[in-house]
Amino acid sequence: MSDTHAHSVAFVRTETLPQAAAPSNAAGPTKWMRDNLFATPANGLLTIAAIYLIYLVLASTLPWMLNGVWNAGSLAECREILQGTSGACFAVLTERWPQLMFGFKYPASEYWRPTLAFVLMFVALAPVLFFDLPRKLLIVTALFPFVAFWLIWGGTVWTPIFALLGVIVGYLVYDRFVAQSFAAGFFGGIAAAIVVWTISGYIVPALAPEQPWLEAVPSRDMGGYMLNMMLGITCVSLSIPLGIILALGRQSSMPLIKWICVIFIEFIRGVPLITLLFVASVMLAYFFPPDQTVDLFLRVVIMITMFSAAYIAEVIRGGLAALPKGQYEAADSLGLDYAQAMRLIILPQALKISIPGIVNIAVGLFKDTTLVSVISMFDIIGMIRGPILASQDWNGLYWELFLFACLVFFVVCYGISQYSQWLERRLATDHR
Amino acid sequence: MNKSVIFGALTIAGLAAGAAAAGTLDDVKARGKLNCGVTTGLAGFAAPDATGEWKGIDAAFCRAVAAAVLGDATAVEFVPTTGKTRFTALASGEIDVLARNTTWTLSRDVDLKFDFLGVNYYDGQGFMVPKALGVSSAKDLDGATVCVQTGTTTELNLADFFRANNISYEPVPIETNAEGAQQYLAGACDSYTTDASGLASTRATFENPGDHTLLPEIISKEPLGPLVRHGDNEWGDVVRWTLNALISAEELGVTSANVGEMSTGSTNPEIKRLLGTEGTLGEMLGLDADWAKRAIATQGNYGEIFARNIGEDTPVGLARGLNAQWTDGGLLYSPPFR
Amino acid sequence: MSTTTDPQGGTFRLSMLMNDSRYRSLTLQAIAAILLAISIGYIISNLLANLAEQDLNISFGFLATPAGYDINQTLIEYTSQSSNTRAAFVGIINTLLVAILACITATVLGVIAGVLRLSNNWLVRKLMSFYVEIFRNIPVLIWIIIIFTIVTAVMPSAKSYLGEDPERGMLGGIIAFTNRGVYVPAPFFTNGFGGEEGSIANWLLVIVVLFGSLFATRAMTARANKIQEDTGIRPGTLWTNLAIWLVPVAVVLFILGLSWDFPDPLANRFNLRGGLQIGAPLIALWLALSVYTGAFIAENVRAGIQAVSKGQTEAASALGLRPRRTMSLVILPQALRVIIPPLISQYLNITKNSSLAIAVGYADITATLGGITLNQTGRAIECVLLLMLFYLTISLLISAVMNVYNSSMKLKER
Repeated sequence: MSDTHAHSVAFVRTETLPQAAAPSNAAGPTKWMRDNLFATPANGLLTIAAIYLIYLVLASTLPWMLNGVWNAGSLAECREILQGTSGACFAVLTERWPQLMFGFKYPASEYWRPTLAFVLMFVALAPVLFFDLPRKLLIVTALFPFVAFWLIWGGTVWTPIFALLGVIVGYLVYDRFVAQSFAAGFFGGIAAAIVVWTISGYIVPALAPEQPWLEAVPSRDMGGYMLNMMLGITCVSLSIPLGIILALGRQSSMPLIKWICVIFIEFIRGVPLITLLFVASVMLAYFFPPDQTVDLFLRVVIMITMFSAAYIAEVIRGGLAALPKGQYEAADSLGLDYAQAMRLIILPQALKISIPGIVNIAVGLFKDTTLVSVISMFDIIGMIRGPILASQDWNGLYWELFLFACLVFFVVCYGISQYSQWLERRLATDHR
Repeated sequence: MNKSVIFGALTIAGLAAGAAAAGTLDDVKARGKLNCGVTTGLAGFAAPDATGEWKGIDAAFCRAVAAAVLGDATAVEFVPTTGKTRFTALASGEIDVLARNTTWTLSRDVDLKFDFLGVNYYDGQGFMVPKALGVSSAKDLDGATVCVQTGTTTELNLADFFRANNISYEPVPIETNAEGAQQYLAGACDSYTTDASGLASTRATFENPGDHTLLPEIISKEPLGPLVRHGDNEWGDVVRWTLNALISAEELGVTSANVGEMSTGSTNPEIKRLLGTEGTLGEMLGLDADWAKRAIATQGNYGEIFARNIGEDTPVGLARGLNAQWTDGGLLYSPPFR
Repeated sequence: MSTTTDPQGGTFRLSMLMNDSRYRSLTLQAIAAILLAISIGYIISNLLANLAEQDLNISFGFLATPAGYDINQTLIEYTSQSSNTRAAFVGIINTLLVAILACITATVLGVIAGVLRLSNNWLVRKLMSFYVEIFRNIPVLIWIIIIFTIVTAVMPSAKSYLGEDPERGMLGGIIAFTNRGVYVPAPFFTNGFGGEEGSIANWLLVIVVLFGSLFATRAMTARANKIQEDTGIRPGTLWTNLAIWLVPVAVVLFILGLSWDFPDPLANRFNLRGGLQIGAPLIALWLALSVYTGAFIAENVRAGIQAVSKGQTEAASALGLRPRRTMSLVILPQALRVIIPPLISQYLNITKNSSLAIAVGYADITATLGGITLNQTGRAIECVLLLMLFYLTISLLISAVMNVYNSSMKLKER
């Protein structure tokens, strides 16, 4: 009965209606905007102010950038092409590209060498940065410094080969003795390597051909962004081992060693990098034997390495301190000696915790390599402020060059910090 | 990992350096390269051109020394130095000779322990102002903002000049000439002061050089010359007499074009001694007989170097003035080659 | 570490120096001491040999001789005839000046940006993270140069303010923004005691009075709190406090005869005269250090606020606290504990980064002692040593403050 009734009554609906869209102010972009941009009147004002700010910036820069000239020989030519309209003169970047990248003295026919080293760097860094890659790739990483050294500096191929040989011999000696005692292996390895290097110091000059395959380029001729990269990578990779040693030394129970490390770390951290660079440029020469000179690049590398090692040591110390005391006690209770405990239990965990901090230091250090322009080295800033802006062609041009410098640093530093955040997330899941 | 490379390189470099002898002349010969300190860039004196090759009278002088000592004018390693790093670079042995328009003063010669070997450019400190400013004398600059390169004698001269005339100014210290030019053009200072030659050379690089004028006052004596470390007289003699050879060559009419025929065809005994066809002057210096000939053949005599780099036909456009030969009323006077 | 396994007693063998943990640390330290002594000895002997070869010596006599150069921005009296020591002091004061200014503005900027990064306004949030990322990832040296270029190349020239009928008027007739710096009116006292030199003493008096007001208002507030606790009625303190702040200072300033020195466009044909000139290098350095460090501080602030667990906010709401009181009574005190240590190390960074003044020609200690004095006297070793000593002292002082703060925080925690 009721069935028929239901069928017969027109105003009773039997099937469900299709879902209606939410009201326009509770869904979609409107809702999003109401929640995120105009939640309160004050918030709305803030949004409008922000939009206005963005408009101001874009209105002044966009036409300038879009109207940019990419092909011209000088600023005057650029202005001629623009004919009074506002526009950037990016031609300076195309014309001076090699100088910005490699400095003004690196032989133009050899630009492929640093470029190749740069490409190889990614291959070498990949297994270090991403643990998922096959471990075999680490061999590339181990070989990279020698190959890069040879590519960039050129000269006889025997120098990097003997340097590598020293490392291999050192490693073999270490491998042979480490089972007995870590100290014996470690110091034995270093001693063996030094012996090989010293001998090679006599052999290499004899083997060196008159015309090496790759023309030798003195480090004084390096410049441009390449110099920033070289300083950054060399100093960071050198300062990590030094930083570990300093951090362990600072934690040491031996007062003398502890105090040496504390004084070193606090001294370096207490002074600005620029004073250390002054030391490198005007003082360090006095500390080497009178009849020897060490070239400026090496002196700067020494000082920047010391600088970043002190900071990295503090980061690693934080990592060591963050480990639960139980880890140290567990290592002791297993009967491990100091070297074993550190190598097998403590450092792997402490370093893992410290990686984000170390990456931050590395980014900071890479940015600080621009300071070498103050001591008359021609890194990218030195190139811009020196030869390029001083030249008759490009005198009076600022924004294009500085924007470019900003861009190259931003890309690298932002990339590294994004990597660091990714790593932090990954390591965090490993812990929980 | 990089550590080992540096260490290896250091060991090798250290051994190589350790094997070298003590005297700079022998060092340079053993190395096969002359390390020459120059400015970071001052057009006409020493500045890298678009291809990275150093040009200018200081650079030419370095090449002349290399030609004399090593027989190869290209065997020069140019080391750019700032006002701050130049003396340490020389003192520490990083460079063999400093040819960076450096003023010869008593304290630098005596207290800093360097040997100045002569003068390759007689200069004096001047002021550049925009014509639009309407200033005709440096004494009108009361209250002006003045850009000055720091670490140079100009900075001290400037302070002395304004103090002596009892007028005030605001110094804007800048590190390099390039920066000075930028600051000046941007209007951050009313006047730019440095050696008059430097001003002319800087003005030459401006877009509209005619809009700027050099004030008549020259407020100091600035004899610019090459210098070496104190105490290594043998090396000092070589550099000093290379400079004198270039100056003498102009006086004697020896040019890069005619040096070949002069050395054989000339009857003037001094030319013969200079070019090594007579006497043993080269041997006395520890060089071979052709040393001066090579220097002149590759770089030209002083007059040619001057004309090519800063002379009136170049953008820098300097007149010889004080830097003419003594026979023409200038100050260039080389001791005789005898 | 493993003392129990060591043989007790027994005869001494040489190998025990290395294998017995009782002696090992002594052995290692002895080796370290010897190595240290050898390397220091090596360095010093090289130094002496180098100095002897060049016939040089280490001497600090140059500190007393006239500096010979002029400095454009000095807070203390200085002429080119003053000694190098005085030039160094000018530099020290300038370093401290820019460091303190930058610390203040960087903190303000950083706190604002850090809080806004947590704002629920999407656009503002994005804008702030853009600011933070841009400034954190580009070297401070580039920022200093860029801002200096903006100041010197974009701002109107000093000339345009000069003359009877200037091209452009000063802001409100008293402030001029030029490419050489900003000119603002300078306060001075017409009836001040101690003549010209006494002006610092006069200002100190004003500061003392302000401190007196501070203590008085604190006492007033404490009294108000006590009355509130006793009676439940809080007496109004706003007007009395305002009076305590304003009246004494106004009276003192009136007695001293406060008056203003305005920038004068007619006195000189090159520059504005009079008033307080904040030079372009100082502005560039100050702004650059502020925005650069501000970005780092913003991150610290954000991390500090996020470190306070959400439960705290919820608990506070459950207790019936209003959002503003939740912030000031619950969140901030806990966040500050996290924020302040990195904040202090950022202050340290500002002080150290202020040494980049050398890139824009600001006369800080690096530019005077480590720059011009070094160049003019050629005393590189002495100057660099003194320079490092100064920065080291500042850093150790700031670290000491940080340690005191940390330990006081620790006490509250446990």
